[in-house]
Amino acid sequence: MAGRGRGRGKTMSFNVEMLGFGRGETLPAPVQQPRPIYPPQIYKPVALKEGEDYEYMLALKQEFRGAAKKSPFYLNYSEKKRDVERYSDKYQLAQQESERKWIPDWRMFPAELKPATRRKIKSNIKPNLKKARVTERDKEDIVKKLEILETTDSKTEDKDKEDDEKDGEEKKKKDEDGEDIVDEEEIFDDEQLEEETDYGQSYFDNGEGFGDDDDDGDEGPVY
Amino acid sequence: MSKCKVELAYQILKELHGEVVAEIARHLMKFGPRHIKLISEVTQLRVNQIKKGICILIQHNFVKFDRNKKGVTEYAINTDAVSLQLRYPRYIYCAKTLYGDAAELLVEELLQNGQSLMSIASERVTQRLNEALEATGNPKITSSLVRDKFGLLVKTHFLRRCQTVLTDDENRVISSEEPKETESLFILPPLEAGSKRKRNPDGSGPPSKRSKMEEMDIPPDDGVYWMINVERFHQYFRDQLIINCVNSKIDKQAGEIIRNMLRLSEIKTEPHSTVSATMTITEIFHSLPKELGMTKHIVEQYLSILTEDSVDVISKVCDSSGGLYVINIFKVLKSLCQAHIESFVQERFGSKCLRIFRVLILKKHLEQKQIEEYAMIPTKEAKELLYNMFAEHFITLTEISKTVDHAPSRTYYVFRVNIDQVARIILEKCYKAAGNAIIRRQMEVAKHKRVLDKQERVDAIIASLDQAGADEAQKEEIKETITPPEKEQLERCRTTVNMLEQSEIQTDETIFIIETYLYYSLLNTPIK
Repeated sequence: MAGRGRGRGKTMSFNVEMLGFGRGETLPAPVQQPRPIYPPQIYKPVALKEGEDYEYMLALKQEFRGAAKKSPFYLNYSEKKRDVERYSDKYQLAQQESERKWIPDWRMFPAELKPATRRKIKSNIKPNLKKARVTERDKEDIVKKLEILETTDSKTEDKDKEDDEKDGEEKKKKDEDGEDIVDEEEIFDDEQLEEETDYGQSYFDNGEGFGDDDDDGDEGPVY
Repeated sequence: MSKCKVELAYQILKELHGEVVAEIARHLMKFGPRHIKLISEVTQLRVNQIKKGICILIQHNFVKFDRNKKGVTEYAINTDAVSLQLRYPRYIYCAKTLYGDAAELLVEELLQNGQSLMSIASERVTQRLNEALEATGNPKITSSLVRDKFGLLVKTHFLRRCQTVLTDDENRVISSEEPKETESLFILPPLEAGSKRKRNPDGSGPPSKRSKMEEMDIPPDDGVYWMINVERFHQYFRDQLIINCVNSKIDKQAGEIIRNMLRLSEIKTEPHSTVSATMTITEIFHSLPKELGMTKHIVEQYLSILTEDSVDVISKVCDSSGGLYVINIFKVLKSLCQAHIESFVQERFGSKCLRIFRVLILKKHLEQKQIEEYAMIPTKEAKELLYNMFAEHFITLTEISKTVDHAPSRTYYVFRVNIDQVARIILEKCYKAAGNAIIRRQMEVAKHKRVLDKQERVDAIIASLDQAGADEAQKEEIKETITPPEKEQLERCRTTVNMLEQSEIQTDETIFIIETYLYYSLLNTPIK
């Protein structure tokens, strides 16, 4: 718009005097650059306040900062792999591990935050062992042994029948059931034990295993 | 939420809790409540890491969680709480001055852990205290003493219980909530070791092996977590500000009177009220400690001085029963904030600008001509100064047109100062300054990392030599491995870091004053 008016001769569409510039006064040059990021400081900053309490607070702050770095509540990206493995690394890591242990009280946190416990899949693969050869003599021995056992077994059975003929069958059944239960419990305990140890290690790892999730190192040797 | 504040909160978290936590927090601060999957998609972090990070944030009471309509748990962060970490040293120092070393360590312990059980916290503090006492050769203290301190801190509301959790039918935690009654936040749990419950840290499922092992030492106050009551600390700081203000404006005795008045009205005053509860002159007189040796007549005189003062610290609301007085909390805060703004203007624009600024505050609104006259500054200079401040938004302009066409020749241009707006600008600058100080400090440390590491190693070697009982000559030899130029470099680095850190602490003081003022100012403005 400015300067379009015919024969105006001025660069502004309004009277410059309105802005408070007198006749003949030079206008400030137009600014065509962004302002500097660090403009020159005209006024120097005032000195900081000093005093015992400020010094104490400073010490507190630095101590707090140091403690926070060592606490289990410090979570960094996985550290970069070192160029060379150093002898001292082993000890430093061990120290960190012991310090960085924190088990949240899961009653206070949403369940979804709980790290999933990895269940170990029990494989049916067994070592390919050759069957032991059974000689003729061994076979004879086994037959003999079985015969002996049979006779003793029948004796005890006879006794049982004499004692309680009526509910003998039922008792047998109960016994069998009982055995089954015991077996289940044992299996259960085993599983729990594994879960526990597994969980303790997996939580708050130092990120060493970053990226190599696919292979489970603790599965044992692969056959 | 302001950009600078988010950046500041990010820097603080990065320093105290690591990059992962800071990254998650920044994401939540930017976008509001979100669920885990969304966070992991945008931040490109592994889900496991995010879970750990959020656990840490919840533990430190920065994050709350709730289930949305779709049944997904969403996490919301409290930016204020995060940036308050800048004030932690002040809380600790405050506890020390009020209740001694044990309280100091208790507050520190709670701040470091976010939340903790009373028994565990006092146990650890007792241990730490005893270590320190043994080193200086003093007798040990018992844990019951520390527990009493804890109880005292709870009683005076400096500590509070953490928020409780809501669980669904299957006993899974779904959301966090504040208890409705504030009183219930300050109930101490029974600490007799008699009632032992079986602890089940998994929430559901069969008791695991670990819990069997831990069953032996379940704390009696299991499940009752405590944290710092920030509001109570702020109230204390605010009272301290008022007292200091009177101290420097009138004298120590007047400050003592105000201190007692604040103590008197503390319980009766509603939280966040702009004026305190009323007090009679006899009440004030009797509450004063005898050592001050003030007669009723002197107290009366002090009260009348305080009422007539320009700051309006107290005012007389009624003449009955010898005079009823209130403390004008908001007015004091306002004049404090204004003083801060004025000193900012002076340091930033110079004293002539301050003159213009003050004239504007005094006269409410002025035209350009009038400003020049009142401030007694030549026209051209006044214009430059005024427009400088106008460009930085410290001064606002209102156009009042005589006619409907808004032609410049027929319009009044009225300048004015909006204190709240200026306060917000300065607050923003403070956040920026504090954030920058942290960044600069980290850069400074990174630059001198090699020398700092060397120093650390040398210190470690000397310490181990000390234990082994080596002689002075050996130690001297080790010490000399740090060359004089390196020593100089270290010294320079240390002073810079200390200065930057000190400026963080002192910037935070300004932040506190402005934040408190703005909070009260918001309460005070009528809703349109």
